Amino acid sequence: MMQIPCIHCGPRDENEFICGGTSHIARPALQESDQAWGEYLFFRDNPKGLHFERWRHSFGCGQWFNVARNTLTHEIHAVYAITAPPP
Amino acid sequence: MQNKYSAWSLLKGALSGQRHWTQAWRDATPKPSYDVIIVGGGGHGLATAYYLAKNHAVTRVAVIERGWIGGGNTGRNTTIVRSNYLYPESARLYDFSLKLYEGLSQELNFNIMLSQRGLVLLAHSRHDLHAMARWANAMRMNGIEAELLSRSEVGELAPALDLSPQARLPVLGGFTQRRGGTARHDAVAWGYARAASSLGVDIIQNCEVVEFIKDSGRVVGVNTNRGAIRADQVAIAAAGHSSVIAKLAGFRLPVTSYALQAMVSEPVKPILDTVVLSPGTGAYVSQSDKGEIVMGAMLDLYPSYAQRGSFAVKQAIIGATLELFPSFSRLNLMRQWAGIVDVVHDSSPIIGPTPIPNLFINCGWGTGGFKAIPAGGWTFAHVLATGQSHPLAEPFQLRRFVTGRLIDEAAASGIAH
Repeated sequence: MMQIPCIHCGPRDENEFICGGTSHIARPALQESDQAWGEYLFFRDNPKGLHFERWRHSFGCGQWFNVARNTLTHEIHAVYAITAPPP
Repeated sequence: MQNKYSAWSLLKGALSGQRHWTQAWRDATPKPSYDVIIVGGGGHGLATAYYLAKNHAVTRVAVIERGWIGGGNTGRNTTIVRSNYLYPESARLYDFSLKLYEGLSQELNFNIMLSQRGLVLLAHSRHDLHAMARWANAMRMNGIEAELLSRSEVGELAPALDLSPQARLPVLGGFTQRRGGTARHDAVAWGYARAASSLGVDIIQNCEVVEFIKDSGRVVGVNTNRGAIRADQVAIAAAGHSSVIAKLAGFRLPVTSYALQAMVSEPVKPILDTVVLSPGTGAYVSQSDKGEIVMGAMLDLYPSYAQRGSFAVKQAIIGATLELFPSFSRLNLMRQWAGIVDVVHDSSPIIGPTPIPNLFINCGWGTGGFKAIPAGGWTFAHVLATGQSHPLAEPFQLRRFVTGRLIDEAAASGIAH
């Protein structure tokens, strides 16, 4: 079981959290093409290795924050505020 | 050359101490060039190679596999076959797959141990009953047999279920697809490998793609850890690693990779002769021919390439299974594992061209790739050989993520996403 260090509450078991998928995806402007909106909505890097992702401490403080995590080893490299840029 | 497997060859072999058996398929080394290279030696890749050779007489084909054939999701699934999907496009595709499975042992001359023991889906609430009536009726509208079941009819099919009204997960009814069941997963990979190999396909193991060779933007081959191999077309059938291969080629997919785990108990005497699914909890349970209770349920819901499951999800799967089958509580768990599944937003596959010329992909089967192996191989071989989508695969193109014409099978995929 992963221990995820919530930026507010400290390390907790993974089943207190919900993963909200990839972070830092910029929403395109309304007039952008269907192609750009398709990319935004559906297409993902889905890396094997370092991944920047959103997590919510649903069964704790309820707050969203960002996690830099390795998708192969599940090692967590950094946690940072939801509005902060990737480290 | 190969032995033809039959009762006669077994009897004849008995006279010579069964020493006449040869290898089932050739472990080939790479040639400098092929018509088609298939990246990924799982069920879909091997089936694609077989149907290229069988249906289209394209035999200069190599299947290259990073590890060993059938060592990924083909060897890690819970072996369930079914075609109980909601929408006409999916119903056609998955039922075609089930029909091919029904003739596959004869077709391949390899016993895939298909057991159409039926599939029972459980309704735990009034809302489940309504949803299942809709689901079963949608199947029948699509020409696929399905029967709604009362609680006592469920009990006749799976008497080990806790059918008491006080059950934590009360069974109010359900529905069944009697043609559903299980097949031996390894045998599907080995059967296709053997049949493809005998038609001239090269199956090359321990061969990992490290780079795509391109000529003015078109893919013309792959560099591997065993050297460069040229090809007119390259076909990706890499399931959970599709995004990794796509990145090498220079494009992205609407795919996220997750770990899906499964586990088996110690073998026990026959107690469950159907497949039971509880969509409300995600749990699905069957008994293997060896006697093990095979259990699976929901994904580990965060991106992962680790082929092992989280303990939290394991607890949830076992918890749900034991609420359904209290008598299994004394069983020892024997093995658990996970496969990396390629989940797409609408839980439907992608079978066709990529943005890169000469490069094709079959992916996005997510949690349900095993049941689709024959249809995936058949339709993928069709687009590779003819340049045209097979009619069954036409709705399942990458462009649907731009046009918005999604085929949302999240409910019928049977696993909580």
